[in-house]
Amino acid sequence: MTTLVTPETASRASTVQKIVSKGGIEAWLVEDYAVPLIAVEFAFKGGAAQDPIGKPGAATLLAGLLDEGAGPYDSEGFHRALEEDAIEISFSANRDDLSGHMQTLARNSARAFELLRLAVTEARLDPEPFERVVSQIAASLKREANDPDFVASRSLRAFAYPSHPYGLPVHGDLSTLPTLTRANLTEMRAATLARDNLKLAAVGAIDAAALARHLDDVFGPLPGTAALTPVAPAAFSGIGTRHVTRIDVPQSTIRFGREGIARKDPDFIAATVVNHILGGGIFSARLFREVREKRGLAYSVHSHLTAHDHAAMFSGGTSTKNERAAESMQVIENEILSLAHEGPTEEELVKAKKFLIGSYALRFDTSTKIASQLLHLQTDGFGVEYLDERNKLIAAVTMEEAKRVAKRLFGDGKLLVTVAGQPEGI
Amino acid sequence: MSFGETIPRRESVFLNPSAQAQSKPGGPAITQAKLANGLDVVVIEDHRAPVVTHMIWYRNGSAEDPPGKSGIAHFLEHLMFKGTKTHPQGKFSEMIADLGGQENAFTSNDYTAYFQRVAKEHLDVCMEYEADRMKNLILSDEEVRPERDVVLEERRMRTDSDPSEQLSEALQAALFTQHPYGRPIIGWNHEIEGLDRADALAYYDRFYTPENAILVIAGDVDAAEAIRLAEKYYGPTPAHGAPLKRLRLREPEPRAHRLLTLADDKVEQPTLQSIFLVPSYKSAAPGEAEALEVLAHLLGGSHTSLLFKTLVIEDKLAVTAGAHYQGTSVDDTRFYVFAVPAPGVSLERLDDAVNTVIARAAEGVQEDDVQRAKNRLVAEAIYAQDNQATLARWYGSSLAAGLSLEDIAQWPERIGAVSVEDVKKAVRWLDKRHSVTGFLLPARAEAHFPMTSADDATSLAL
Repeated sequence: MTTLVTPETASRASTVQKIVSKGGIEAWLVEDYAVPLIAVEFAFKGGAAQDPIGKPGAATLLAGLLDEGAGPYDSEGFHRALEEDAIEISFSANRDDLSGHMQTLARNSARAFELLRLAVTEARLDPEPFERVVSQIAASLKREANDPDFVASRSLRAFAYPSHPYGLPVHGDLSTLPTLTRANLTEMRAATLARDNLKLAAVGAIDAAALARHLDDVFGPLPGTAALTPVAPAAFSGIGTRHVTRIDVPQSTIRFGREGIARKDPDFIAATVVNHILGGGIFSARLFREVREKRGLAYSVHSHLTAHDHAAMFSGGTSTKNERAAESMQVIENEILSLAHEGPTEEELVKAKKFLIGSYALRFDTSTKIASQLLHLQTDGFGVEYLDERNKLIAAVTMEEAKRVAKRLFGDGKLLVTVAGQPEGI
Repeated sequence: MSFGETIPRRESVFLNPSAQAQSKPGGPAITQAKLANGLDVVVIEDHRAPVVTHMIWYRNGSAEDPPGKSGIAHFLEHLMFKGTKTHPQGKFSEMIADLGGQENAFTSNDYTAYFQRVAKEHLDVCMEYEADRMKNLILSDEEVRPERDVVLEERRMRTDSDPSEQLSEALQAALFTQHPYGRPIIGWNHEIEGLDRADALAYYDRFYTPENAILVIAGDVDAAEAIRLAEKYYGPTPAHGAPLKRLRLREPEPRAHRLLTLADDKVEQPTLQSIFLVPSYKSAAPGEAEALEVLAHLLGGSHTSLLFKTLVIEDKLAVTAGAHYQGTSVDDTRFYVFAVPAPGVSLERLDDAVNTVIARAAEGVQEDDVQRAKNRLVAEAIYAQDNQATLARWYGSSLAAGLSLEDIAQWPERIGAVSVEDVKKAVRWLDKRHSVTGFLLPARAEAHFPMTSADDATSLAL
């Protein structure tokens, strides 16, 4: 193998303007007029980790209701207003954040920011959409109830984090969903939607001055400081145990995991490279080669590193016919152990670095993708300069480091394993 | 908000699980060419990021699978990643990975497509390898057999483990009694099991030719340069003969409504779905498909749509409801209506209510509703311009379905021209006799719900 691909010539960081509005709202902006659109992505720290005790799903429900009526508009009126000007506004919650997304044609931007202001500061949380969205969430939970993917994934989380919010389902569960009240949501909103835990990114046909004015209108009325409940660090439990949920299907869906490496850990970048070699989403990844290509055991096989604010997880999965579930698991465990003991080959390391470096540019080819990359950097606590540093960090990963981190990440190779299906021999 | 808003519809099956969304399109700088060997070339310029999307579309999909060989189009799509005389054993994928590129492929009813996304300076390598794969594929039984197992696992994952997918498959088979759209793209299990190397190569020889393909390049390229490269790499591949004609059995006029019921232990949430046989953008009379598109939006494309307003907000019979028109298709196609009942509402009652909404749709259509729907649809064409991969897919799938660049360019205008009268006329297509309805039901009267916390998990520690 020869040298790594050429470093990118242009500085991506230099395209980003860091702006601070009069009211003190900070945002990262990439100004671009090639397409007459504006995309805005933002996130409030909080998310499902802030769900009231015994009431998972609150953040999801709150996010689901912010665009269901605000200010003078009931739910239908608000949706009608969005549709009239083809404006997209939506909210979602993950483990650590409550996020918002807005996209508009540049010519409708004033109206779009006005509707966004209403959703952020004056969402009504009316009884009609409240009941409806609860029943929609319930319907989707029922639909997932015997879906092997959901069952195995939920089970993995539950055993990995048994007494922590990270072990609970983000969308809640059927038994506790009906106990959520409007008061739960207004309290969560008051505690979460504040100026000091807000991160923002905008991309498109708008200049800094106009964006700053709009941001003051939208977010200025929010309280200055959030009142989040502290979240304890979560260690990964259950390693070395296997759990099967019997579902009458011809295939076993397997999820596995163990402790990962935190985003701000100095080993995170090397861990990203090592995970890519094991189960990254390309045809040459070890799991893909050994499980799918050579043995035809599965269509899908993958592994990931997940970095939450208070936990780090290494996880992966596959789906394979029941008769071959044990064989598939054996192949996966062998590959993990072999990486832990011997580390990657020189060729694997070079190729993984090439891929990770070269593919970074593909995350920046649409307005919404750029905006969400800029947002994630901020919520992860990085500066603009990381946009240019990231590929250098990957390039700098040495074989020695990769071996050490593979050993640290995979250790004795023991895993928490959850299976949904009728596996034979597990 | 949108929770479980749609019933999953599979319009194409991807090689690899990381699929991309489909969307509707707009009007950027487009250049078209046709090489002497019949290959169509389309270049969509987008200079915002130094990235290019390279796609090749073959005008053959599952609808071209020979009788008894369902799934061969999709199986060959998998096998196209195995290797060629020039670049054996996955060298193409390895090279793309070294460049930090993304690649995948997918099969639909009417086409099979392959793509790579790479930094712009690597466009020529993608072309070299893709052009090579069009003529030099080699296959061994050692590669073909495990890959057939992969496809069977794919089918187990997508369909055989999921009652709602099994019902969807049965609904398509019932809607199309003659036409090959009634067969699953991935194929029937017993037919996939019989596919072998000879089948794959025979299919490859027949369909993988320049005159049967469309090359779409989107991104940071100069159109003249891209066409020059296409000429260099694809030009030398000789045409096999006259362009292939799609020979498909015509679906007879449907006369009877069909109701299919699937009851399964694994179903906790009942759902209702109806599919109507309607004309596509290709098979419709002028303006008809556009009217169906607007109708789908008015009937079930948003929270202000007739189905959502009536069934969900006003009558509280459903927790969600919607409609969707699958217009990009060579032959007559599908118009979907779906609803998820509120607790305690039977599917029979919900179905009656859906039928009533459809029956009254013609009288309920208002000028301002039509205008709002049209604004929304036309804006989607502008939103699509933000994403080169979306544009490449839009153009490729439209051309592969037999539409022209002009059709695509005029789409916003044609949508804009749809009148209230046109929409009212389009409601006539939603004739119950032209449809199949699916009831997805729990096997037992009282459903049970598996617990979700570790303490209560119905698990066995082994």
